[in-house]
Amino acid sequence: MVVDTLADEQADRVFHALADPTRRDILLRTLEDQHNVSALARRYPMSFAAVQKHVAVLEAAGLVVKQRSGREQLVRGNVDTMRRAYRLLEELEAVWKGRMDRIGELLADEDNEGPNA
Amino acid sequence: MTVTNVHKDPEALTMTVTAELDATVDRAWQLWADPRQLERWWGPPTYPATVVDHDLAPGGRITYFMTGPEGDTSHGWLQVLAAEPPSRLELEDGFAHDDGAPNDAMPTMTMVVTLTERGGGGTVMAIRTQFPSLEAMEQLVSMGMEEGITAAMGQIDGILAGNVTTS
Repeated sequence: MVVDTLADEQADRVFHALADPTRRDILLRTLEDQHNVSALARRYPMSFAAVQKHVAVLEAAGLVVKQRSGREQLVRGNVDTMRRAYRLLEELEAVWKGRMDRIGELLADEDNEGPNA
Repeated sequence: MTVTNVHKDPEALTMTVTAELDATVDRAWQLWADPRQLERWWGPPTYPATVVDHDLAPGGRITYFMTGPEGDTSHGWLQVLAAEPPSRLELEDGFAHDDGAPNDAMPTMTMVVTLTERGGGGTVMAIRTQFPSLEAMEQLVSMGMEEGITAAMGQIDGILAGNVTTS
């Protein structure tokens, strides 16, 4: 079981949000630095409204936060939520580390049993 | 035995595990080609694997189940997409129902295994796992977590810092 991960409903929103390449790209950019929505919109071959919608999906998932600064809407990636997603890969890594350890033991046992093993 | 490298790329939804094995490439191939050997490492000691069918030719299939401490079983299959003995293997990894029939409701992942000779007689085994989507990754990892729950959480910051780059 996955321990200490996202609550189910939140997890659904996070993984749905991350399933789209444009949203993943927006998220990576906003994790590095905050961007305003209009600047983001210029980067993608789609309408301002479409980009705004992607940002809204990311925001609903808690992956980005929006902040008003004067006339601008600034978008910033939420590192905490990303971190939880990364834990999933950590867990799979542990499974494979276990497998590799067992392979190592298997090969070592054989060495001890001599050349005919 | 040490895992020499694990490269996680959440953006591309892949994880590559690379290990140096103290064995020849032909010997390392047997870890996959011999069902009795596969059983010895696929499942953790608490969930040992039993291989039922094993055909490691392209189009062939491996079916197995893992038995838990309570006698509970979880079934799985590996569809052989490509097999080039003794150096390359491409497998689709999926879950099955208790009767062994594939569970189509569960997502699958694709593994590419490469075995390369290393100087000094050893073998480098690389396993690249590709997830179809992050949703699928979540579902698969939660299903496959019989071990390794306490993964090194302290590494997360480093991984995050290492992978988050804009192109």
